Amino acid sequence: MLEVSGITQIFGGVTALDSVSFKIAKGDITGVIGPNGAGKTTLFNIISGIYHQTAGTVYLEGKDVTGFPPERLARLSMVRTFQNIELFGGMTVLENVMVGMHTKSTSGLLACSFKAPWSISEERRIRQGALKWLDFTGITDLADQKAGNLPFGKGRLLEIARALAVEPRIILMDEPAAGLNSQETLALAALIKRIRDMDITVVLVEHDMELVMDICDRIVVLNLGKKLAEGTPQQIQESPEVIAAYLGDDD
Amino acid sequence: MKKDLLLFSAFALLVAAAPQLFKGGYLMNVLVFVGINTMLAVALNLLLGYAGQISLGHAGFFGLGAYLSGIMTTTYSIDPWLAMPIAAIVVGIIACLIGFPVLKLKGHYLAMATLGLGIIIFIVFNETVDLTGGPSGLSGIPNLKIAGVTFDSDVKNYYLIWFFTLAVMLFSLNLANSRVGRALRAVHDSEIAAQVLGVNARILKVQVFTLSAIISSIAGSLYAHTMTFISPASFGFNFSIELLTMVVIGGLGSIFGSFLGAALLTLLPEFLRAVNDYDIIIYGALLMVMVMFMPGGLVRGIPALYRKIFGQRKGTGNA
Ligand SMILES: Nc1ncnc2c1ncn2[C@@H]1O[C@H](COP(=O)(O)OP(=O)(O)O)[C@@H](O)[C@H]1O
Repeated sequence: MLEVSGITQIFGGVTALDSVSFKIAKGDITGVIGPNGAGKTTLFNIISGIYHQTAGTVYLEGKDVTGFPPERLARLSMVRTFQNIELFGGMTVLENVMVGMHTKSTSGLLACSFKAPWSISEERRIRQGALKWLDFTGITDLADQKAGNLPFGKGRLLEIARALAVEPRIILMDEPAAGLNSQETLALAALIKRIRDMDITVVLVEHDMELVMDICDRIVVLNLGKKLAEGTPQQIQESPEVIAAYLGDDD
Repeated sequence: MKKDLLLFSAFALLVAAAPQLFKGGYLMNVLVFVGINTMLAVALNLLLGYAGQISLGHAGFFGLGAYLSGIMTTTYSIDPWLAMPIAAIVVGIIACLIGFPVLKLKGHYLAMATLGLGIIIFIVFNETVDLTGGPSGLSGIPNLKIAGVTFDSDVKNYYLIWFFTLAVMLFSLNLANSRVGRALRAVHDSEIAAQVLGVNARILKVQVFTLSAIISSIAGSLYAHTMTFISPASFGFNFSIELLTMVVIGGLGSIFGSFLGAALLTLLPEFLRAVNDYDIIIYGALLMVMVMFMPGGLVRGIPALYRKIFGQRKGTGNA
């Protein structure tokens, strides 16, 4: 589904990533973990087309997508969420999700401005689609609220609903549990499993080990910009290198 | 969305009835300018309030429309109704070509680049004397005509201008509440999130910049044909700033707000004539007070003020 090969990223003199390679299988939930500064966020930014790596290749469903901008990756069915949720604060919750349907709709500027008949029926379809995703994430009652006024936990759900509206085949989540309380984290775990059950491949960076071990099928461990280990949660928990890396890190 | 259309219908009725209410007269002439400025403010608001991109050069697009129409209809005797769309297309192409490199810039840099653009256009109006008449202006521009009716009086011009103004407002309201309008607002709030969802922010910005320039150009053509005389002084840097002020005072991201801002900034100097000598000071002070106490602009500030004075009534101030 997704393959990174030899990804290297150098910021000035700092090597944030050093020839990282791994493959992610379709339908898996894969966790990317590692101590602070390991390069997880940098890796995500490269895969999602926000940074351009110094070297290395990204393949999405076998296609070389190295250097593709994010909007092009969205059309190839890859979408991501952000650690510090990036909502459209001035828009309603429903409108946020409607933006998620951008690639699944086509009305242009003039069709919209002149209310062409097809743009009106498309608008109806966009609204219904968006409502479906609000329902899926359980925030239908917030539809008309300003997204900027949502509590953090609800904002997280909105960001996921909005990403799902893209109808992705793969979704990257950057620390989805950050800032959530334990109850919200449990609900999130269930939600991520339901997303996987829709045949959407999930990749997440996460610090909450309990969550990672609970939901992930596979785990990739990064340390100091290098891939340290890769395997099932069980294998990772038993890996001496991983234990050493985490004990050596006082985080 | 329903609320906006209801409000628009009420507004259109008011516009249609205004000449009867005011019995023609001098105010009609001022209201013609309110209409033109509303069109321009709405155009700039699409760019600034919705897409979040500043332009300090919009007076230039307004001027280009006016001069292209003026030159085509005087020097080349082209029919005004034909000259207007030709001018709009030319201005649209210019805006599109400039938009691609310029809209890559952000914040202050974009402000400086568009400022430079406005100044260059202004200089061209002044210097190409053979074409534009230079600083002394271009006169003898014909009025518009439809089926034997010539738009040569204040009341006729009022209806002509406001027909276009209402059309521009309706067009923009539709746009704001659509897929493209949402994408614009999304780019404004978080460009990176919009891109991740598949919105091509770059193209979208160029599109709305072009659209905004085209509307400004049409307003310019209409201005030339109603005034029959134009000179570079009307299209300088000052006017770009005045347009920006209208949009901000009226309320960013609100079409009706742009009308309020345009109306206030056009009418205020007329009323302040009574206190000449002090008018500019009062004008400046009023603007400062409004920005300080109504940061959301008139369109949000007036309902809030109303609620404050008449107690806690429910209602939302957004339009
Ligand atoms: N934009 C940047 N410029 C310079 N250095 C960066 C930048 N982004 C990340 N880094 C560096 O790259 C390394 C990896 O960071 P990051 O990817 O944020 O790790 P993680 O997400 O695993 O905590 C760190 O040493 C960090 O200082």
